[in-house]
Amino acid sequence: MDNDKRKPEYRYIGKAFRKVDGLSKATGATRYADDLSLPRMLHCKLLRSDVAYANIVSIDTREAEAMPGVKAVLTGEELPIAFGILPVSQDEHALCHDKVRFIGDPVAAVAAIDEDTAFEAIKRIRVEYEPLEPVFDPAVAMENRVPPLHDYGDDGNVHKRVSMEFGDVPAALEEADEVLEDIVFFEGNTHLPLEQHATLAWYEPDGRMTIWSSTQTPHYLHKAASKVLGLPPSRLRIVACPNGGGFGGKSDPFNHEIAVAKLAMKTNRPVKIALTREEVFYCHRGRHPVLMRSKMGVKKDGSITGMHFECLLDGGAYGSYGVASTYYTGALQTVTYKVPSYRFDGVRTFTNKPPCGPKRGHGTVQPRFALEIQMDKAAHKLGIDPAQLRLDNLQPANSVTANWLRIGTIGLRKCIEKVVEASGWNERYGKLPRGRGLGLACSSYITGAGLPIYWNSMPHTGVQLKLDRGGGVTAFCGATDIGQGSDTVLASCVAEVLGIDIMDVRVCVADTDLTPVDLGSYSSRVTLMMGNAAIQAAERAKELLTKAAAAKLEVPGSRLVFAENRVFDAEDPEKHMSFAQAIVFAEAKFGTIGTVGSYRPPSMPGRYRGAGVGPTPTYSYSACVLELQADEETGMIDVDKIWIAHDIGQAINRNLAIGQVEGGVYMGLGEALMEEMSYRPKRFGVHKVPSILEYKTPTTMEMPDVETFLIEDPDPEGPFGAKEVGQGPLLPVIPAVANGVFDALGVRVDRCPITPELVLKALASPDKRSGPTKYPDLRVTDEHTMRVKTPDEGGDGDAEGEWASKKTKMERAKS
Amino acid sequence: MNKVTKTLRVNGEDHEVFFAPHKTLLEVLREDMDLTGTKHGCELGECGTCTVLMDGEPVLSCLVLGLESDGVEITTVEGLADENGPHPLQHQFAELGAAQCGYCTPGFLLTAKSLLDREPAPDRQRIRKELAGNLCRCTGYHQIYQAVEQAAEELRHG
Repeated sequence: MDNDKRKPEYRYIGKAFRKVDGLSKATGATRYADDLSLPRMLHCKLLRSDVAYANIVSIDTREAEAMPGVKAVLTGEELPIAFGILPVSQDEHALCHDKVRFIGDPVAAVAAIDEDTAFEAIKRIRVEYEPLEPVFDPAVAMENRVPPLHDYGDDGNVHKRVSMEFGDVPAALEEADEVLEDIVFFEGNTHLPLEQHATLAWYEPDGRMTIWSSTQTPHYLHKAASKVLGLPPSRLRIVACPNGGGFGGKSDPFNHEIAVAKLAMKTNRPVKIALTREEVFYCHRGRHPVLMRSKMGVKKDGSITGMHFECLLDGGAYGSYGVASTYYTGALQTVTYKVPSYRFDGVRTFTNKPPCGPKRGHGTVQPRFALEIQMDKAAHKLGIDPAQLRLDNLQPANSVTANWLRIGTIGLRKCIEKVVEASGWNERYGKLPRGRGLGLACSSYITGAGLPIYWNSMPHTGVQLKLDRGGGVTAFCGATDIGQGSDTVLASCVAEVLGIDIMDVRVCVADTDLTPVDLGSYSSRVTLMMGNAAIQAAERAKELLTKAAAAKLEVPGSRLVFAENRVFDAEDPEKHMSFAQAIVFAEAKFGTIGTVGSYRPPSMPGRYRGAGVGPTPTYSYSACVLELQADEETGMIDVDKIWIAHDIGQAINRNLAIGQVEGGVYMGLGEALMEEMSYRPKRFGVHKVPSILEYKTPTTMEMPDVETFLIEDPDPEGPFGAKEVGQGPLLPVIPAVANGVFDALGVRVDRCPITPELVLKALASPDKRSGPTKYPDLRVTDEHTMRVKTPDEGGDGDAEGEWASKKTKMERAKS
Repeated sequence: MNKVTKTLRVNGEDHEVFFAPHKTLLEVLREDMDLTGTKHGCELGECGTCTVLMDGEPVLSCLVLGLESDGVEITTVEGLADENGPHPLQHQFAELGAAQCGYCTPGFLLTAKSLLDREPAPDRQRIRKELAGNLCRCTGYHQIYQAVEQAAEELRHG
C-alpha cells in the first residue's frame, strides 16, 4: 500500500468492512425482480422471431387468444412508438411491427394465468414472414447488397462513420524510425449475468404504473417507457431491483420491460416476465466484434510519433449504445502513453444478429487489446524491455492529450513498478523455459462519462438526506446496486462525514418516485458522482447540526467534531451531545432537517464533434503481469498467476475494491481464453451457443491465483480521492495473455479469444502468427475527416475548417 | 395435469405442498412455497445457481422434480441460519465480500456447507474442486474461497 502520510484518518474510508446489504445477500433475503409477485399476477412470454431478417406480413393471434387462461395477446401495432437508449438511435420497438432483424427479435407477447399457458399460447401465434436477404458480415453490410436494416444512419447499413485527425499523422509516421502495422480481430462476447432479466409491472387503479425491473438504468427506462406507453413520467414509477449482475447487459431499456407494462394496462392486472437463459443471449448488448488496423510510428528510443487507428464494428441489429461504442473504440488510445498525433477512423454497421452494446470496459477493451499487443511488438522490434517501453512513454499527469482529453492524476508508473517487482519480471521475462511465459499489459478507463446520454445541463446524480430525530439518516439516491456495492459506497460517504455508524444510514435507492435522478450504473460513474453528491449533502446536514449544537454547547462551531455518533468539542470532549440530540436541537431551530447534494462533472476542453465521448473527471489506470503455460502440442493455455495493480485513487471499501479488481480480472481472462458470441451464417444466422453449458466461462478450475495491489494516491476529483475500479482492471488482462503466449512460444495471436486452435495455427504458420490479414476499405474519404489541432499545435479544442462551426449540442445548450 | 399434494421436508419443517407434477423442485420451492432464496440461472443444470441440499448432498434443484423430493430432507439458503443467527459461512460471505451481486451466493453456500459438513478442514485446492460446478460472474472466486476457509476455521474453533 502506498499510504500518503497526509491522508486523514478515516473510520470507514479505505477500510475493509461488511457491506450494508452483506447479510441480506448471504441469507437469500435480497429480493431480485423475479422474486417479486403480486396477487392476481399474470405471466408473460414473448414470441421471438425464428428468422434473421424478414418483413412481417401478418400475425394471427386468434388461436392463442382463444386459449383458456390467456388474458391478453399483444403485437407491435399496439406499441408503434420507437425507442432506444441514445436520442440519435431511436430504432427499437417493444414488439417488431414491420420487420424482424435477428433470430430472437420479439414479435408478440402473451399474458396468461401461468407461465406454462403463456408458453403454450405463443406457440399458437402464426406469423407470416416475407424473407429478406440477411447480412451477418459487417464488411459485406458496408457494401449495401441488401435492403438496409434501418432507414437511418450514415448510409445503407453503415450506422455510424467517424473519422478524425488530431495533428499531422502522415508526417508523424514519416518521421518515425519504425512504423508498425497490425490487423487484429476481437470477437464479440456477452455479459452473462447469472440473473436472467425479469420485470414486473402493475398499473394501479388510480392510473399509476409501477415497473420493477432488473435494470442498471432506471432513469433511462423511465424516459423510454413513458414515451412508448404514452404515460406522463409523473404517473410512471420505475424501481430498479438489486441486479443479479449487470456488467452493462441491463443498461438499455428493453422491449420486454415495455411489453409487460402494456400488458398490465390491457389486463388491469400485474404482469411479470422472467426471461429464459436463451432469451438473455438474444438481449445481448455485449462486446462488439471489432476488426482493427493500427499503425504506430516509433523512434529508435521508443517514443511514439503518431498513431492511425481504424476499426470496423459489427453492431448487430440495433443502435443501442453503438454510436458511443464507436467513439469509445477510438477515444482512449491516447491516455496511457504519449501519442503526439492521432487519427481515428471507425465504422459501425448493422447486421442481422442480436444487438451489441456496452460491456464492462465499453468500446475500449478491443482497441486496448490491439494497442498493448502492438506495444509489445514495438518493444521487441526496438530491443527495449516491454515494461520499460511503457514507462518511457507514460502520458504525464495533469496534461491534455492530442485528442483533447484532460488527464488528472496518473498512478500507472506505480502500477507497472508494482507488478514488475511482484512477478519478478526483470529477472524472468524472456528467460523462462519454452512453453512458459510472462505477459505484461497496461490500460486506463474513465471514471464516469463527462457528458450525459441526452444533452442537458442538470446534475448527473443527486442525493437527498433525511435526518430522523432518533439519530437515523436515510440517504435517497437513484443509483442502482448491481453487485458493485453502490449502496455501501453511499452509506459509507454519509457515515464518514457525519461520524455515525454505517448501519445508522438507511439507503433508499433506484426508485424514480422516491429518489433523485442518478443516470445509472454505467461508465464507472457511480462511486465518483454519487459519492461527491453524498458528501455534499452530508456536509450541508453537518452544517445545520453544527450550528444547533454549537449554540447549545456554547462553543464555536469550528471546534465541533462529529465522531462515534457524537458531537463534541475538540478542545473539551466532555462538552458533547449524541448525534441524535444534535438532530433534535437542529430540528427545533430550523424545522425538519433534510439536505441535498448533487454532482455534475467539470467542463471538458474538447469542443469538436464527438468530444463528448472519452472525457471524464479522472482516469483510472491498471497494469497486469501474468504467467502462463502454453502447450506446443495442444495449443492449450493455462494461466497460473496474475499480478494486477490498479490506480484507484482511494479505495472506499478495501474488500469491495479488491473484489471488483479480481472480478474484472476473471471476466477479462474469460474473454481472453474462451468467451465468444458466435453464429452460424450458413444456418440462417442462428446463435451457435445460447446456453451457459456451451458459452464457456472460467470456473474455479480455470481461475488462477491473483495478487492485487491497490495504488492509492487520492485524486482531487474523486470522493475522498476515489477513482473507478469496476471496469478498468478487466482491460490489461486480455492483451497480457497474448503477450504471454509470445513469451512462451514466440508466436503472435492477433485475435481474441486466444484459443488452442489459434495457437497451433500460429505455430504452424511461416510468420509465426495467427489472426486476420486483410482489412476492408472503410470508404473514408477526405470529406468524412474532421481535423483538429492538438494542444501542442496551439489548437483551441475545436475542429478546423467547415467542421469548426459544428459546435457540440452541449455547448449550444449551455449558451 | 392435475396438481398433486406432497409433504416436503424443507429446512427441518414438514410442508404440505400442492403443485403441478411436472414442476421442478426449483419451481416448487420458489413458486409454491415462496422460498425465493433459491435462484435460477439457466434451469438446465449448467450454472449451479439453484443448488440445494437433499439429505446433505448438493443437487441442482432445476434438474429434480418436486415429486422426487418427498421423503428426503431438503435444505435451502433460508434454512442455513438458526436462532443463533447466520451460519458461519453466511457470516463470512458477508464479511469478506464473497457475495457481490449475491445471486449465485445461495448455491455456493449450500455446496460449501455440504463440503464442510463432510470435511472440516479442506485446503484451497479441495475447495476449488468442490465449488467447480457453481459459476460466479462477479468475484473471480477468491473472496469465496477465503470465506469458506474462514468459516471452516470458525466452525472448528467456535
